[in-house]
This record gives sequence, structure tokens and C-alpha cells, in this order.
Amino acid sequence: MPLLEVADVSKTFPGVRALDGVSFTLEPGQVHALVGENGAGKSTLIKLLTGVYQPDGGELRYRDEAAKFATPMDAQNAGISTIYQEVNLVPLMSVAHNLFLGREPRNAFGLLDEKRMVREASEVLVRYGVTTDVRRPLGTLALGAQQMVALARAVMVDAKVVIMDEPTSSLEPREVETLFGVIHDLHSRGIGIVYVSHRMDELYRICDTVTILRDGKLVHTGKLADLERIKLVSMMLGRDMSAVRKEGFTGFGGGSTGAEDAAPILKVSGLTSRHKLHDIGFAVRPGEVVGLGGLLGAGRSETIKAIGGAYPIDEGTIEVDGQELKKPTTVRAMRAGIAVQPEDRKAEGIVPGLSIRENIALAVLPRNSTLGLVSDRKIDKIVEQYMTRLRIKASGPDQRVGDLSGGNQQKVLLARLLATQPKVLLLDEPTRGIDVGAKAEVQALIDELAADGLGVVLVSSDAEELVEGSDRVVVLRDGAVVGELVGGDVTTEALLETIAAAAVKEERNDNS
Amino acid sequence: MSQETIVAPAAVIAEDERKAERTDRIVGLVQRQGALAVLIVVVIIAAAAFPNFRSFDNTATILVTAAPPALIALGMTFVIITGGIDLSVGSLYVLGGVVSAYASQWGLLPAFLAPLAVCGLIGVMNGLLIAYTRMAPFIVTLAALLGARGLMRALSSEGSKTYLVENDAFRSFGTGSFLGLGYPVWLVVIMFALGMVLLSRTRFGHSVYAVGGSEDAASLMGVAVRRTKVWVYVMSGLLAGLAGAINAAKLGSGVTVLGTGMELDAIAAVVIGGTLLTGGAGTIAGTIAGVLLLGVIQNMINQVGNVPSSYQQVISGAFLAVVVVAQTYLVKLRRQT
Repeated sequence: MPLLEVADVSKTFPGVRALDGVSFTLEPGQVHALVGENGAGKSTLIKLLTGVYQPDGGELRYRDEAAKFATPMDAQNAGISTIYQEVNLVPLMSVAHNLFLGREPRNAFGLLDEKRMVREASEVLVRYGVTTDVRRPLGTLALGAQQMVALARAVMVDAKVVIMDEPTSSLEPREVETLFGVIHDLHSRGIGIVYVSHRMDELYRICDTVTILRDGKLVHTGKLADLERIKLVSMMLGRDMSAVRKEGFTGFGGGSTGAEDAAPILKVSGLTSRHKLHDIGFAVRPGEVVGLGGLLGAGRSETIKAIGGAYPIDEGTIEVDGQELKKPTTVRAMRAGIAVQPEDRKAEGIVPGLSIRENIALAVLPRNSTLGLVSDRKIDKIVEQYMTRLRIKASGPDQRVGDLSGGNQQKVLLARLLATQPKVLLLDEPTRGIDVGAKAEVQALIDELAADGLGVVLVSSDAEELVEGSDRVVVLRDGAVVGELVGGDVTTEALLETIAAAAVKEERNDNS
Repeated sequence: MSQETIVAPAAVIAEDERKAERTDRIVGLVQRQGALAVLIVVVIIAAAAFPNFRSFDNTATILVTAAPPALIALGMTFVIITGGIDLSVGSLYVLGGVVSAYASQWGLLPAFLAPLAVCGLIGVMNGLLIAYTRMAPFIVTLAALLGARGLMRALSSEGSKTYLVENDAFRSFGTGSFLGLGYPVWLVVIMFALGMVLLSRTRFGHSVYAVGGSEDAASLMGVAVRRTKVWVYVMSGLLAGLAGAINAAKLGSGVTVLGTGMELDAIAAVVIGGTLLTGGAGTIAGTIAGVLLLGVIQNMINQVGNVPSSYQQVISGAFLAVVVVAQTYLVKLRRQT
């Protein structure tokens, strides 16, 4: 008897048919991979299952009864839990309160039992590798730890179905292992899991069944083990298998290094900031992509932010094209030609409520105004130019950015950065949370931009992406440079070895 | 390669986290209790400078004067924590007073219930409009401000007619005292105690924080966002009506000229008390400190005597600016650590 069954559902938004006659079945204990490019309809399907949206047509059956979830609360009460890709908890509330929100334990007087909440929250979270004080505001935890709290929350309720939308995108390897342990446990308890991820290794490791969506339609559903990896990708993309084979999984081309002896376009030396960064130095030449490697918390994002003027530094110099950037602020950095793509595009990058046009225009306004007045025509031209160049898929420049797929949002962000005509592009996790197809496109774009003479600094938690995308990789650990990979040494193995060697050395120092 | 080698040594992480936790706790404490600290300092200064300030009578006066604004600020605290604002409370306070004085001819109970009904109803309208049509709270409650003021004018024939409180029981509620403190003060104490429990110890209270902290997340976590919003505006309306009733009992009539700008005083008190205007964080205890701080400053200026009373607003304004700047800085500090 299937746990959750969706038969022939459709959902239309103004201008888009997001789901078109899709059927989907989840059995108890099944770990069901739901894959597809962004815009394929995965998110819409999930939102139908969790009561965020109502289907226009088709039927939803839950535990052999016709079901209708009017709100997320209905779905939750029925036993369907969801972990969203971007952590959806309340940052200002404490960890414990987040964990129990809406189902807080109450005492005999109907009042919340604070002590019990704190105690139980600590007990539960230890199992997820989170050992912090649960009275702390959630927002002060690292992203990975926040995601583990979200996971604990989803599993704590008496869930029959757990839906995970890109749960690993902000997790460290250790946390991913914890997650997989939890999934295994859920599986053996007969709980159905819907697992959405763009990481093939993960899918093949933990999922038994797969459903592939493309353009709102069901493409394939069946045992995952029977499906060759390359077949899966080609079905997702709707591309020929041989084409996928030829172009590889990432969109990065071969190493197109800029002139080796050209003067660096960006030179950083002695960058130091309180406890986070220690004497970081590296240089980027025009046309070069320099990767920043290292684990989460190694100081990669802080380095990028510091160069972009968004993180305070105590010492160190930043030179752009031979000019020293004095007292860096975001405005000064931008004027000097540094463009930063922040790690969290939702919180720090795009303005979801504004249109594509307005988002791109934000960056060019100061440059394209005469006496404080803005020429609409000029902006239209710039917007159109970047929408074509970056192949942004949208109904038009006036579409809200929040309604675009993750990949296209990222491209809008890139367009905005490029519109400032930077000399140096700092990219922090440019492909996080976007699907395989869009990922390849963004990666190809980065290549193109470097080929045009920009200096690019790339941060990525995806070792493969970092290695394939970068001409050189500077490896960080605990806020300091611990090694640099050049030429033939830019490989995943070498990267991991450098990180590991530094870790081992440190442990030895600790022990001595 | 094995998993263990790339995991950072636990000791390093633990130490970093301990440091972050300590900073965080201090910042949080200052943010929550900053108003209290300032209040204590100001009270000490005032007690040293003005002999009259130290008297029990003066303290009782401060508390009784602060009673109506305190109730309005209590409701405002809930509203602001949800990320909203209620501009209608000043008007509702005046309307409540007039309605209460008018209804006092029928007895003690109607003198309380009538303003509650009228102001509660306007609160319901505010809440429904804000929650279900997603109109901005600023606009909706601004409309209610104007509407309530119009109603009050109509009731009082353009302010020319003043209703006197004829009911002795109601009148003595406003003027009488228990253990040296006026009845209104005790009522306020009870309301604040209930408010504290409601905000920090009930599911509703946590929903209030969640809605203000992140509406989207709250709704995905199954919090009844709209219901929560309706309720905070209803509460705000009810408390403004109650404040009006208290004032009517105190003054013995429904005064139509007071109350302009009360909503701004309430917002000021709430913000000084450490509640974030952006929502998601704040405490009732902070609001108490904020209300008392404004009350004490006003009283101090009265003690000095020769300071024009308009200056007390300048000083309150300056306080507000300092507090908001300090809060912004603290939040920033918290993010960076």
C-alpha cells in the first residue's frame, strides 16, 4: 500500500505550466529521489505535497485516503515533514524554541515547559552532532548546524513522510554523514523519504527509487540502481547521452590560463582580521580563475568578503590593477572594480521582490545617471544586453526575480555584478543549489568571463567544481594559507591531501 | 582518504564556539536589559538631585501617570514583535475614554466593557485587514487612527460636549488606592504579568516571535500566521480601550484633547525597551523599563520646574535616537561574531 500517492496532478501559474499531469508514488521505507533541472517542477510538486499550493487538477492520496492539505500545518499534522533547501527556521528565536515551535511541551497549567524544552532539545540535537547551547538564537549557528536543527525538527514529529529539498547544500562532510545515518534510520522505521538533490553521488548512495521531471512533465520513474548515471543526466537535461559524455558533468572547459607573466589584477597580502584571517596573500592575473579551497569555516567566505570591503580587516593590503584599495568599504571596493557574489544569494544578493530589470539596474544606477536622473532607455539596453549574454530565461525583464529558478536568479546576480564593469570577480559558491544544467551554464559563463580578461576568485564546496574551474587553487585552513596547487597538481586528490596534511600537522602541534 | 582527517579538531571548534557564545550572551543581555540599566542610573541621579523625587507620593504619582501609556505600550510590544505597527492606539485611547465616560451612566461594568467592545472591534478590523489583505500595518492603522478620531469627534459633537463620569464606583476606581498605589497601577501590574506569561510561556507567544522573526519560515513550520496577526491587533485595540477607560475614571470625564501622539510614545517606550522594530525580538520587561524611563524623565523635568515641558519631548527623542543607534550596533555585532 503506497504511503503517498499523487495521480495526474497539474498546476498552472500565470504564464507557466509548472506541473502537467505528473504522477508520483511513495512507498513506506522508500528513499525516493526526485530529480530534474530547476524549473522542472520539483519544488512545485513538493509544495503540493506539503500544502503550500493546491493542485489545479489531479488527485492526492495519503495513506490510502484522498487528501487535501489546505495549509502547511495540515500536512504537518498529517505526518508530512519537510526540510527546505534554504534553512526555513526563525533566526532570532532560540534553537530550542525553533525545534519545538508549534508543538511546545506544556505543563498542567497549559504553559510552556521551558526546562523540558531545553533538556529535550539538547538531548535530541546531540544525536545530530549539534552540541551548542540550545538557548542561543538559531541565527548565531553555522549554516550546517542550522540545517541539522531543521532536520531534527522534521524528524521529531511523528512523521510518516519526510521530504528533503537539497538538504546537503550547506552541510560539511561530517554533517552529511550524520544526515545519511538519519535517513537510514528513517528508512528502517518504514518512513517514506522524498529526496531532492543535484549531487549524483548522494543520490546513488542513499536512494532506491528515482522520479525524473522535466519541464513540468514526468520523464521517468523506477529503480535507481537500474539507471546508469549518464542516462539519468541525459534524461534530466533532455540531451543526448553522447553529448553529456563528451562535455563532461561540469561546464568548465580546459584550463585557459591568462598570460603567466602578466601583472596581477588583484593582489592581496597580509590580510589579517581578528581571529578569522591570518596573513592571507595571493594574486590573480587577468584571465585567471583562482580557486579558494578548504573546509567550511576555513576563512574562504571571510577572505572574499574582506576583499569586497564587507568584512573588517586589521591589517593587510588589497591592490586592484596596481592601485591600493585604502580602507576598504563595499562602495570603495566596487569603485575600484571588485565585484562580489555573496554566498547566500537570498539574503545578501538579489532583491527577490524586484524585477530582473530593477535588480540589474541597482548596480548601474550610480554610473548611468546624469545629475541624479536615470535614463530608462540606457538601462533597458544594458539589461537586454546582459539577459542575452548570460542567457537568462524569463518571460521578460519585468518578471520578479523571486519567481525565477535558482539558476536564473544566480545569472541575474552575475549580470548585476558584470554591469558594474568589474576587473575582479569574487564568486562565493556560484552554483550552490542550482541544477545540473544551469550549473554547467554558470560554469561555462565563468570560463567565458575569465577569457574576456577578468580576474576571477572562485569559492566552492564542491571539490570537483573547484578543481575543474580553477587554474590555480589556494588552500586555506583556519584562516591561513596552507598550500597552493598549480598546473598539473590541480586535482581533487591533491586538494584533499593538502587540506588533510594541514589538519594532521595541526593535530601534531596540538599534541606536542 | 578517511573522514576523520579532514574534520577540524574538536577542541578548536569548541573554543571558538564558547567565545562566540559568551559575546552573544553579553550582547543579548545588554540589548534586553539596557533600558533597565539606564532606568536605574536615571532614578539614582533623580533621587540624588531632587529630594521630592524620593518621596513615596511622587513614586505613586509616576506610576499612576504611567498606567495608561503602559497599557498601550504593552499591546504595542506584541504588535511590534510580529513586525507590525499600530498607529491607531492614540485615537483608540481617546475614543475609549469618551465611550467609557458616556457608558458610565449605566454603571461600572458598562464603563469598562463599552470601550473594550468599541476598541476591540476596531482592533479586529485592523487585524483582519492586515492579515488577510496583506496591506501594510502602517496604512491600515493610520486609517483606523483617522476613523477613530472621527468617531470620537462625532460622539463629543466636535469636542464641544464633555461626558462627565457620574458613576461613583467607576470614579473611585480611578482615584482610590490600595497599599498606597492607585487601583489603575494594580490593574496594569496584573495586565503586564498576564502579558509576560502570554508572550514567553504560551504557544501564542512563541508564534508572535516566529511571525516577526520570519513570516515565511513560521508559515512553513505550521504557525497560524494570520490568526496570530489578527490577535495582536485585537489585543492592542483592547488595551488602548482599557487605557482610555482608566483615564476617564481618573479624570472623571472623557477628555477629547489628550492622546494625540500617544501611539508614538508607546512605540518609543517599546523600542527603548529593546524590542526590535523589525520584529522577532523583544520583551515585556524591556517595555516596562521603557515606559518607566519615559515617565521618570517627564517627572524629573517637572521637578526642575522651570524647564519648558516641551523639552521633555526633546529629551525623550534624544533617548530614543541613542537607543536605536545602540541597538543597531549590537545587532551588527551579534551577526559578526
